[in-house]
Amino acid sequence: FQAVEPSLYTVKAVLIMDNDGERLYAKYYDDTYPTVKEQKAFEKNIFNKTHRTDSEIALLEGLTVVYKSNIDLYFYVIGSSHENELMLMSVLNCLFDSLSQMLSTHVSLKNVEKRALLENMEGLFLAVDEIVDGGVILESDPQQVVHRVALRGDDVPLTEQTVTQVREYSHSSLSAVYLSISFSLSFG
Amino acid sequence: MIKKFDKKDEEAGSGSNPFQHLEKSAVLQEARIFNETPINPRRCLHILTKIIYLLNQGEHFGTTEATEAFFAMTRLFQSNDQTLRRMCYLTIKEMANISEDVIIVTSSLTKDMTGKEDVYRGPAIRALCRITDTTMLQAIERYMKQAIVDKVPSVSSSALVSSLHMVKMSYDVVKRWVNEAQEAASSDNIMVQVGMVLVWLFICPPSCFSFIYPCLYHVMFPMHLQYHALGLLYHLRKNDRLAVTKMLNKFTKSGLKSPFAYCMLIRIASKLLEETEGGHDSPLFDFIESCLRNKHEMVVYEAASAIVHMPNCTARELAPAVSVLQLFCSSPKAALRYAAVRTLNKVAMKHPSAVTACNLDLENLITDSNRSIATLAITTLLKTGSESSVDRLMKQISSFVSEISDEFKVVVVQAISALCQKYPRKHSVMMNFLSNMLRDDGGFEYKRAIVDCIISIIEENPESKETGLAHLCEFIEDCEHTVLATKILHLLGKEGPRTPSPSKYIRFIFNRVVLESEAVRAAAVSALAKFGAQNDDLLPSVLVLMQRCMMDSDDEVRDRATFYMNVLQQKQKALNAAYIFNGLSVSVPGLEKSLHQYTLEPSEKPFDMKTVPLATAPITEQKTEIAPVATSKLPEKPAPSRQDIYQEQLAGIPEFQSLGPLFKSSEPVQLTEAETEYVVRCIKHTFATHMVFQFDCTNTLNDQLLQRVLVQMEPSEAYEVVHHVPAPSLPYNQPGSSYTLVRLPDDDPTAVSCTFSCTMKYLVRDCDPNTGEPDDDGYDDEYVLEDLEVTVADHIQKVLKPNFGAAWEEVGDEFEKEETFALASVRTLEEAVNNIVSFLGMQPCERSDKVPENKNSHVLFLAGMNLPDIYFILKGSE
Repeated sequence: FQAVEPSLYTVKAVLIMDNDGERLYAKYYDDTYPTVKEQKAFEKNIFNKTHRTDSEIALLEGLTVVYKSNIDLYFYVIGSSHENELMLMSVLNCLFDSLSQMLSTHVSLKNVEKRALLENMEGLFLAVDEIVDGGVILESDPQQVVHRVALRGDDVPLTEQTVTQVREYSHSSLSAVYLSISFSLSFG
Repeated sequence: MIKKFDKKDEEAGSGSNPFQHLEKSAVLQEARIFNETPINPRRCLHILTKIIYLLNQGEHFGTTEATEAFFAMTRLFQSNDQTLRRMCYLTIKEMANISEDVIIVTSSLTKDMTGKEDVYRGPAIRALCRITDTTMLQAIERYMKQAIVDKVPSVSSSALVSSLHMVKMSYDVVKRWVNEAQEAASSDNIMVQVGMVLVWLFICPPSCFSFIYPCLYHVMFPMHLQYHALGLLYHLRKNDRLAVTKMLNKFTKSGLKSPFAYCMLIRIASKLLEETEGGHDSPLFDFIESCLRNKHEMVVYEAASAIVHMPNCTARELAPAVSVLQLFCSSPKAALRYAAVRTLNKVAMKHPSAVTACNLDLENLITDSNRSIATLAITTLLKTGSESSVDRLMKQISSFVSEISDEFKVVVVQAISALCQKYPRKHSVMMNFLSNMLRDDGGFEYKRAIVDCIISIIEENPESKETGLAHLCEFIEDCEHTVLATKILHLLGKEGPRTPSPSKYIRFIFNRVVLESEAVRAAAVSALAKFGAQNDDLLPSVLVLMQRCMMDSDDEVRDRATFYMNVLQQKQKALNAAYIFNGLSVSVPGLEKSLHQYTLEPSEKPFDMKTVPLATAPITEQKTEIAPVATSKLPEKPAPSRQDIYQEQLAGIPEFQSLGPLFKSSEPVQLTEAETEYVVRCIKHTFATHMVFQFDCTNTLNDQLLQRVLVQMEPSEAYEVVHHVPAPSLPYNQPGSSYTLVRLPDDDPTAVSCTFSCTMKYLVRDCDPNTGEPDDDGYDDEYVLEDLEVTVADHIQKVLKPNFGAAWEEVGDEFEKEETFALASVRTLEEAVNNIVSFLGMQPCERSDKVPENKNSHVLFLAGMNLPDIYFILKGSE
């Protein structure tokens, strides 16, 4: 057995499907499946093998697949079979938890379900972009992801916003304060 | 409630998916509102979301329409809406490869990455690096260096990861950022910030805590910054072992915050251990072992897995790793149980006894609801359990084998195959089980694994041969996979004639001629011919069947039948051996190339088979590799062998074109220690009258440029150095090859072995380690290498003779030469066999290199070919 070349490239793909196995979101980070046709075939295979069982991990087509289902959504994170399964799992959990926090503060529907997700697609796009960049895990803490995506519900009066939102809203001004303090400290 | 969508969309999307019936053209039409003033952030955002959604669904965008949308999008940078801006970055990333002139947004992105809004800076860097090409990289280099050492960890992380992506594109530029990455990785500046935040906390009323939480979090737990810095640093330095060692020492001592960084560090450490073949008493091993006590499961698992995968680990060293894996077996998290049992499965391949302690935990996992875990647990138990538990476990597997994926069925089959080697007496149970599996549904990989397993059982246990062949015969009666059918027919042809009643196989084989596709029919004809050649009493009936095959509709089948018919009618043993039992032994890509060459330059001379390079003996498959491997998505084309590649390379050098076909290339020999200034290895290429020594040199000094590198060789015997081909230039870390041509002594054919003392001579030009600019003048220098030996094995090419007996007979008694050698220094038979095989460099045949236990005599069959064209067959016994 040869040791795997140490590398930050961990995630091969992030997928979200609905309960008919239709792609809602798919991001492939390398060319394991270069064409849309191959990707769809792979997704079909994954969905058929996983949608009936409640187990969270499987080995398919020589790749490790960790997954999670919620109401009518199926979340998948895919990595090489040599990859640390727990790393992939942390990406999956981070994605799911970030979405569930974002959806519960921004959409009337509190659950992570298809309808709520579709009403907040840009949130999903931005969240995945914060979690994985080109296959490298960028962040695994849902708090951080939610904070960085910083979606603002623009019509909500301040009194009805949650603490998280206020916190996010005020962050930019705060960091200015914080920076000025750090400056004053470092210069004198 | 927030209404995210316009009324129109809500009506259209009254179903479940508002994006369901999106038309690309309609969306692009809508994108025109990007040009309206004032910008309506909410509508624009929605349209960008639709565009990204379409791209995500795999919709194809033409260059023109993509470019048009992209340029319209650039106008949205005028809006200050945060989410809209973030979606612009995403659109840029998604369209980077389909739109033209994406670099137009460079200045907007550089502005954002250096601006005040932290939320913009990270994503802006990532988008910028996606659209930057080699020529633009210089322009943003200053900003990247600043961003890497930025105080905000997310900005720094983005810069580090983006740099890593760009290493592929321009290594030389990113290499210059190593100091910045180093600074980001060191925790010094983080500590200063922690101090400041504590002051900030102190002067704040407690009610403000929730407000400063994000700032605090940033600073206290920059989880991934070190991970990313470490990843980039390693990638930039991985060829410089000394620097990697230093880096490792620093981090293992100072400790890290991120579990991800720990995992990376463990991987680097184990890679380094493997390369240096360092003993397990090294500090690196201690570090990995200490990670077994880390508080993060991810790190503990990574460490355990690293230890398990180390070559030559002793049972004592494995024990701590195995015991943490044992704990994980009862974790409530399926992923952790899976990871643990998969790793234990690997341990069980090499050290079954080390896993016995976990048998109880594994038994509990047999009923796991995750079938993958259950399968892995059973296959592990099969390896560690005693002979008596085999039957019970096999029964358990059969109860759910239909529920698991093909990948795991393959794992089960491989476990059975390993089991058969361990408990040969159980082969009848296994054979039964396998034949049942063979009848079930399953994909090609799965069936192939079963067939391979049955074949290996047949080879290991002669008494199971007849049952095994019977199962396989039954299988090919209804087999949709041509590859497997031909493989089995070939096996029948090889083994069938030597069984007590060969006639019963004829029916199965001939059925194939009647019913199957061309490739299978052709294989069946070849198999029939082997029966006819080996069994005189079957010959007349085989000839009748051949006659029928000569009427086949396919050319190949007809040709084979005609050919075999004529050979068989001669009734000569030598002909049978040469043309029926032992087929071609040339390399197929080599043959293809020679034939192509011949057709390009037709000559009066007939094509000579002897000019074709021989096939190097197939590397025997590692039986231990039982891990489910990636299913073959590789192209099925036969890859050119090493030798074919060398042949091509050498043919490109004008001095070597007259040497004729390459006879043999040796394995590389190291001529320097692993950690010296220059690393040199040599590959010996043998030709009919010459040898070419290829020296692969690597310069590991980043402040030197070597030029005109050649290796001077002083032979001890009558070898004559004819010519040197120097490597023109050898910059830092880019390997180059220098060649030396030597003529073999022609007066004394027995002087095969020779020792060369080697010296590398070159011109050194010092250069600036950062820019790689060399000085104008240099000086000559030389470097003494280790001696190089040419031995008997370099002159002998391995030839595989599938039917050794026939080949032996073919040569005849008159060429037989018998001698007795005393092998004084070896103690066991196995050692003797291995030494003889490696000394002579010949191919062991008929699996005679495997010495049965508890025997004091053994017959070894070796086949090889010498220069010029003397076949060499050796039958040795001790």
